[in-house]
Order: sequence, then structure tokens, then C-alpha cells
Amino acid sequence: MKLFKFNGGVKPETNKDASTALPIATLPLPGRLTVPLHQSIGGTPRPLVRTGQRVLKGERIGAADGNVSAAIHAPTSGTIVALEPAVMPHPSGLSALCAIIAPDGEDAWAPVNPVDVRALSGGELRDYLRDAGVVGMGGAVFPSHLKLNPGRQGKVQTLVINGAECEPYITCDDMLMRERPDSIVRGTMLMAQVLGAERILVGIEDNKPEAIAAMEAASRGTPIRVLAVPTRYPAGGAKQLIRVLTGIEVPHGKRSTDFGVQCFNVGTACAVHEALDFGRPLISRIVTVAGNVSTPRNFEVLFGTPMAEVVRTALPRPDTNRYVMGGPMMGFPMPAYGVPVVKATNCILVASDHLFPPPPPEMPCIRCGECAKACPADLAPFELYWFARAHNYGKAQEYHLFDCIECGCCAYVCPSHIPLVDYYRYAKSEIWARERDKDAADQARTRFEFRNERQDREKREKAEKLAAKAAETKAKLAEEATGAPPADGDDPKKALIAAALERARQQKAAVEPKNTDDLPAAIQAEIGEIDARRQAAMPAEPPA
Amino acid sequence: MFSSPFVRKPTSVQSVMLTVLLALLPGIAAYVWHFGAGILVQIFIATAAALATEWGFLRLRGKPTALYLSDLSAVVTAWLIALTFPPLVPWWLIALASILAVGVVKHLYGGLGQNPFNPAMAAYCLMIVSYPALMSQWPAAGHLDFATQWDLIAGGVRDLDAITGATPLDALRTALREAASPSSPNHALNASTLMDGPAFGLAGGQGWEWVALGYLAGGLFLMHRGVITWHIPCAFLGALAAISLLMWGLRPDHFASPLFHIASGGSLLGAFFILTDPVSGATTPRGKLFFAGGAALMTLMIRDFGAYPDGVAFATLIMNLCVPLIDMKTQPAVFGHKQD
Amino acid sequence: MLSALIVMAGIALVLGAVLGYASIHFRVEGDPLVEKIDAILPQTQCGQCGYPGCRPYADAISKGDADINQCPPGGEEGIRKLADLLGREVKPLNAENGVEKPRAVAFIDEQTCIGCTLCIQACPVDAIIGAAKQMHTVVSGLCTGCELCIAPCPVDCITMETIPETVETWKWRYPVFAIRQAA
Repeated sequence: MKLFKFNGGVKPETNKDASTALPIATLPLPGRLTVPLHQSIGGTPRPLVRTGQRVLKGERIGAADGNVSAAIHAPTSGTIVALEPAVMPHPSGLSALCAIIAPDGEDAWAPVNPVDVRALSGGELRDYLRDAGVVGMGGAVFPSHLKLNPGRQGKVQTLVINGAECEPYITCDDMLMRERPDSIVRGTMLMAQVLGAERILVGIEDNKPEAIAAMEAASRGTPIRVLAVPTRYPAGGAKQLIRVLTGIEVPHGKRSTDFGVQCFNVGTACAVHEALDFGRPLISRIVTVAGNVSTPRNFEVLFGTPMAEVVRTALPRPDTNRYVMGGPMMGFPMPAYGVPVVKATNCILVASDHLFPPPPPEMPCIRCGECAKACPADLAPFELYWFARAHNYGKAQEYHLFDCIECGCCAYVCPSHIPLVDYYRYAKSEIWARERDKDAADQARTRFEFRNERQDREKREKAEKLAAKAAETKAKLAEEATGAPPADGDDPKKALIAAALERARQQKAAVEPKNTDDLPAAIQAEIGEIDARRQAAMPAEPPA
Repeated sequence: MFSSPFVRKPTSVQSVMLTVLLALLPGIAAYVWHFGAGILVQIFIATAAALATEWGFLRLRGKPTALYLSDLSAVVTAWLIALTFPPLVPWWLIALASILAVGVVKHLYGGLGQNPFNPAMAAYCLMIVSYPALMSQWPAAGHLDFATQWDLIAGGVRDLDAITGATPLDALRTALREAASPSSPNHALNASTLMDGPAFGLAGGQGWEWVALGYLAGGLFLMHRGVITWHIPCAFLGALAAISLLMWGLRPDHFASPLFHIASGGSLLGAFFILTDPVSGATTPRGKLFFAGGAALMTLMIRDFGAYPDGVAFATLIMNLCVPLIDMKTQPAVFGHKQD
Repeated sequence: MLSALIVMAGIALVLGAVLGYASIHFRVEGDPLVEKIDAILPQTQCGQCGYPGCRPYADAISKGDADINQCPPGGEEGIRKLADLLGREVKPLNAENGVEKPRAVAFIDEQTCIGCTLCIQACPVDAIIGAAKQMHTVVSGLCTGCELCIAPCPVDCITMETIPETVETWKWRYPVFAIRQAA
């Protein structure tokens, strides 16, 4: 089959052999699991458990918040010891709500209910996957149920399974394909069935012959085609892989289903299989531990396991001074060693200044164009850099800033050692913040204008009512005057005032709190305190 | 804390500039072989003046001097100045040009990466406008010994007999102008006849054609190393050949042959080393073609109809002016946006 | 003579036609300057500028009645944008109008609230819900942090809470790798 090419790309040292020598290992149960509730793109799941509650392995502890979200499950059985903010595996070092679980060591599964895909409608199936917490395992953690939607245009002709894994050091997909190709094939067939895909292509970089062989063997007798793609970073980017396998270019802001293609990671295929065929939600993943360690290898890690515990098993070297989540091209430095492994953690790259020296001093851009040659999105990175540097966000967007996939190729080749990707990340987050502010301002403006209009209308209506009433009273008085001359001219007016006073008194009696009897002493005291404060804050009697 | 990527290609501004300097060596060797070692003195003077100016401006601007001096960009500028100037101009002219190139054209515009004009070419133009006589005295190949060269460079009495006084381009132009007048004995002789003299050598002037060949070798090396792309040299030389072929074909008695245009003057140096300056040149692939093609057209116009002996310097500056527009209009289509 | 007249008349006709066309096709509706100023203002509607809302302040700026440095919620950045738009000098925020504070939302202490509705009436964007003698609460997503509800509260149960930065709202910092000569 003819393969296509994407422009640009780089060929960094792959450094993958070290962590593929040993099979995937399982870690012993950690002493404490810190499970962040927000582990995917979209809304933060609502906690379903309380502190002190006992949970079973696979029990849902966070329910998806809306459709763009995915549920969270207890990775093992134990007790929820706290629901509190903890430092997230995020470069910001900020905290977010986590469920802290003390495992009981039994690792007892909650009852599982596998489903028959044929018996479910598309919507039911998607809800099921959302509640099983299945998200993209390639690192983007986009909820998979949203991508398993054939869409309005009909069906997706081509399903692309991404086993390219182009980032240096990372081998979790490679090992998964070597050791569990049957699960991947089964999951792939399930997804193809849901999407109605006829063409199923598995793209694997040609530097993983074992994985290619294993996948070919497992997919014999199925319509799946395993294709070796040339090793060139970032061939594993979803857009780049789709381009290489099908020749289709999916621009930013468009869904690949609009072009009849959908792409999933091999790990996602595995998770779909586990969820549908065994009823097991997503509670663990394969994590590569590599870099500055003596025995780099892959581990099956429960979400919430502190990274330091995983790294300890791989024997880090003494000069280790930080962890990176992800690979050396796109990974993020972690704010602490104890941050938990989450659904996005494909690799813990153990770093030292010796292994990844700090960048040489930044020099001015000489417009050499190396970055443009390396950019897989055909952007002009140095132009984007000038605009981002000058805070010229409009121009940056005009030059397609948001088509940048932050692969790092430009910064990799830059002879001036400019942290180009940092500038793009900065500009993107500024633009998002501005858009949030602008939306908030627009909303406030609309609401303010509406309120002013309402107040005007109320004033007008009140004035009209008053005018009408005055006219009515006048007419009545005139009528009375023409009828029987009143004994006392002030009488009707006085009667009106008396009536109003009576109404006010009644109203006052009506709003007197009536539920103050039979209250415990503490609440009585509190009411007394509030009343006292109210007395202090307000004049005893409103001035007449 | 710095972020990804944590690995980088072992490359730097310094290594890029060093490659350019290396690529200039074959041309310099041919220069020395045919015109004596005087050029080495000029290169030394230019380098010293450029580095001193760079150091002074870096100090004034509060930049780290060691880091920026070692990027070698000033050295590249200096070498290009020495190689484009007549080899026996007094030392102070070369020094002044280097100071202007680095100080005014580069640092006053913001330093490395910010200059809109090619520093060496801007200095060349300034000098040819300010000192037209000195800037048009060119020696013929190899008949001056080093002592005489040294004396001339040091500012000794300029014995005009020692210097033939014009480049082959200039000589041809003068001859053609003369031939155009009916009273001249050479009237109606065409360019190829006029170029029969030994001073014109095989293709681009005696000695010069070998220097040009050296530049060509260096340029191919730069392309091989990926420092420059094929776009600018090919577009420049291609357009130069095509336009001069057209003119030569129409009026062979007025215009020189394409081969002569390519092999003489600053054509090859310009194609591989000057127009390819990334800072002041176009950056998009299509833009580079327009940029170099435009430069070729301007070069020929100036050579054939202008008052100056060579047009590469002025053509470069004029095209430098067009770069922002060219770049803006030739941005390549972005991934996924190619249809619209 | 006649030909000159014809030429002049022809030119006049052509130019007149061009002008007429331009006046129809390049017509500018309304006063876009006020809109542009209003778009820069944060729409907090707090009145700290001395005008009853952002739009009236925008009006005043465009008429030249108000200076550009009277909006504390917009802060320095807002002043810079206004200065850019209007081609004026950037100046520091006028301290008489207030000081720039981090973004905050109002929070009603539900234990103390007596349900007097005064804050509801004060809120410029209807972000407080509740009824007489019923506990009130602030819809924090709609609150602009204008602080107008604080003063009317008879029991001082409203406090301003700074919006904390979360993983979702966190912004990448401007990459600063200053190259300065060491001493």
C-alpha cells in the first residue's frame, strides 16, 4: 500500500532499546493512592464518595460531569481517607481535588458487568465507555466515547490505530503491542464495529519490528492491516499518522470524522476491549520508566500511584533532579516527585542535568529557516516566535498558531537555542485567557444592559400604574362628590391610610419567623446573636 | 524551570557561521594563488576591525561580549567585505567599511538577526559611493609581488600603473561604450570579439574565473551541509543566465554572454554567500525564488545600463528592502489548509 | 475652450460618481469608537470610574470628558490598550478611582444573611439570587467582582474572594531567559 509523507520532522536519538529488554512488570500495591478526579479533557468529574467510605476496585468514585468528561474509578479496594486538593502532575504545580485511598491489600473487585456490543445502541455504548472512564491513552486523554461517534455524515470509512510511538525513550505502546496484541486487535475490531469502519490501518514505526510482527500475527484473519511507517518524529502525532496512512490532512479545528477517518492509540483499543468485554473500567496503564535509571522498563501502574514509587523500582541514579511526564520532546517537568500517575502518564522520564543539560544561552533568531524546514505542520515557526514575543496575538493566529502541535521539532533544530515552543504555549494560553475574559465581559455587558432595560421598564410600568390609580381615585372622588356631599372631606383619604396601615401590620405578622419554637439551645443562641447584630446594624425603628 | 524539548540537535549560530567561513576557503585559496597574499592582509584587517566594533557595541548595549563575539557573525561579514572590495585598497578603507557594516548596519538596527540589510553589501555600497576612485582599481592577475601589495595596502603612493584599473566587467562595459560610437576604431565589433584579450581569461576574466570556481565549490559544500537551500543560488544563477541569454541573443554586439555574467564579478559569491544571508534575505521557499530572481534582474540592469562596475551589491540591498513584502505574500500553505 | 470645458465637466462627473459610490459603499454606521472603547473595558459595571457603568464611561472617554486611567478593574493593561486605541500616552491608574486588585467574586456568608434583598438590587448584572427573608447567594460564574453589593449589606455578610488559579486557568509564563552581562 502506498504511504504518504508529511513535511518536516526530525530524527532525534530514539533511546528505546533500554526499556524494551524486560517484560512489563506489575508494581506492588502502593501505601497510598492519590487519584485526581480530573484526568481527562473536559469537565471535572463529581465525587461520588465521602471520606471514610470503603471502595472496591473498579468502583466509580467520580461521575462524568456532562458529556465531555470521563468517570474516575478506584484503582484498588480500600478506604477513602480524604477528598482534598493535592499537587497535580502538571507543570503549574497547582493542586486539584483528589481522592486519597488507603488500600486494604485485598484488591477486591467490585462486581463487573461486561456488555454485548451488539445489544447496545450507539448512545448507550458511548455512555458505558464514558462511565468506564475510557480516554485516549496516547497522552491527550480526550474522552474516547466522543470520538466513537460516526457523526452525522454517516460512517467513518477508515479507522487508524496509532502504534507509531515516535517520542524518544517511550516504549509503553511498543511493549503493549508485543505482549497484548490480541487485546488490541479485539478492541480495534469493537471500535471498527461501532464506527462502521471498513478500512482498519495500524501504523507502527519501522523501528519496532517485534511489535509489527506481533500485531501482524494477532490480526491474521481480520480486516486489520498492519503498516510499517518510516521512523521520523513526529510520525506518531495523530494528524501526521493520518496523513502518512491515508494522505488526508486534518486541519486544526476540524474533526477527522469530517474526513471519514478516526484515530485511536493502541492503548485506547486495549482499554475499550477491557471495558466492554470484561466490564473493567480504566484504572491502570502501562508506563515507561526511562532516562536516568539503572533498569529502565515498563510497568503496569495503578492511577494515583506516586511517581517516586514507580521510579524507585527502576533504580534511579543518584544525580536525578527531576521527573518529566512524557518524552524528551513534548514532556512536562513535574513539580514534585510524589505526584500521581494519571491516565496521561505514558512515560516517567527520569532526568538529570547530565542526561538533559540545561539549554545553551538563547541567541537572537537569525531567520535561518531551519525551524520551518522541521515543522511537521508547515508553519513558519520563527514568524510565530516574533509575534508571540511581541504579544501580537492577532498576527500569531493569522499565521495559524493553533495548528502548532507543540511537537518541539523547531526548538530541537534551532541553532539559536530559542525555546520556541515555550513562546507558543505562552501565546496560546494568553489567547485562551483573553477569550475567557472577553466571554465574561460580553456576558456581563448583556446582563447589565438587560437589567437597565428591566429597571426602566419597571419604573415606567409603576408610573403608569400610579397614574392610572390616581385617575381612578380622582374619578371615584368626583363621583362621590357629585353623589352625596361627604360629611368630612378628609374621610376617604384617612380610610385609605388606615387600610394601608392595617395591611402593613398584617404583612409584618406574616413574615415573623414561625419556626423558632422547639429549637436546640445552640441554634437559639445563634439566632439571638444574629438578631443582636441586626439590631446593632439597623436603627431600632425605621424613621417614619 | 525550562520545558520541553529537553534534547536538542548539536547545532549553534557559531557552527553555522563556522561552516560558512570554511566554505569561503577554496575561493580565498584561488584568490591568493592568482592575486597574491595581499588579500590575506585585508581579511585580517577587516576581521580585526569588525570584531573590535562588535565588542564595543556589545559593551555599549550591555550584552555578553564573549557569547556574541564567538558567534562569528562579525567575522563572516568581515570576510565578505574583504573579498568583495578591490584587493589593494588602503587598509583604512577596509577597516572603515567593517566598522560601518558591524556598527551601523548591524548594531544600530538591533544587532544579530535584526539588520534589514546585508551588512557587507551595505558597506560596499557606502564605500563605492564615497570613494569611487579607490573602489574601482582592480589588479590584473598575479603581477604584483607581496611587498608592493603591502605598500599599497599600507597607504603608499598609489602607482596607478601597478593596478590595471578595472574589473573585466568594467573593462567590457567601457569597450562596448566605445565601440558604440561611430568614430571608434572598434566600432561594430561585438562583445565576444572585444573579450578576446588575455585579461578576459577563459570565461569571467583572467584569474577571477578560478576564484569564482572556488566560491562555487564552497557554495556546493554549504548546500550539502544544509546551511543554505538550493532556492537562492539556483534562482539567482538561473535568472542571471536566462536574462543575459535573452539580451545577448538579441544584441550580441551590446551585451556579454551568460557565461561571462555568471563567472565574473560577484555573481557566484553573491549567489552562494551574500544573497543567502538568512537575516536580510527572504525566508520562504517561494519567496527565496522571487528574491533571488529579482536580485539577478537588478544585477544585470546595473551591470548593463548602470554606472557601477558590478551590480550584485546594489541588487542585494534593493531586494533586502522587498523582503518583508515577499515573505508576507509567499507564506506556504499550512498543514490541512492547502486546499483553501 | 469648449474642449477644456468638456474635459473639466467630465472630470467633475467622474469624481462625483466616485464620491457618491464611496459614500454609499464605505458608509460607517454609528460611532464605532465608543464600541471599541467599550470592548476594551472589563464590563465589571462597578462605577469606580465615576460613571454608572462601562458604557457611559466609554461614552465619556470618546467625548473627551473622562481620562483613560479611571478603570481599576481594567488595570494597567486596560489603560495600555485604551492608549493604543486612542493614540494617547500611557499613564498610571488614577488612585482616586481605586487600586487594581486580583480578580475576585462576591461570596455571601449564608449563616449571616438576613435576606434583605439590598444586594440583589445593587448587583448590576443580576448575579445574586434570593428573595425577601430568604437566604441569598451569588452565582459566581456571573459575578464581575464589582463590589457594589458590599456597601448596602446591613449585616456585612458579603466578602470578596480572590479567584484562585487552577490547572485549567493556569497560564504559561512569558519565557524569560535574559541574556545580560554578568556584572
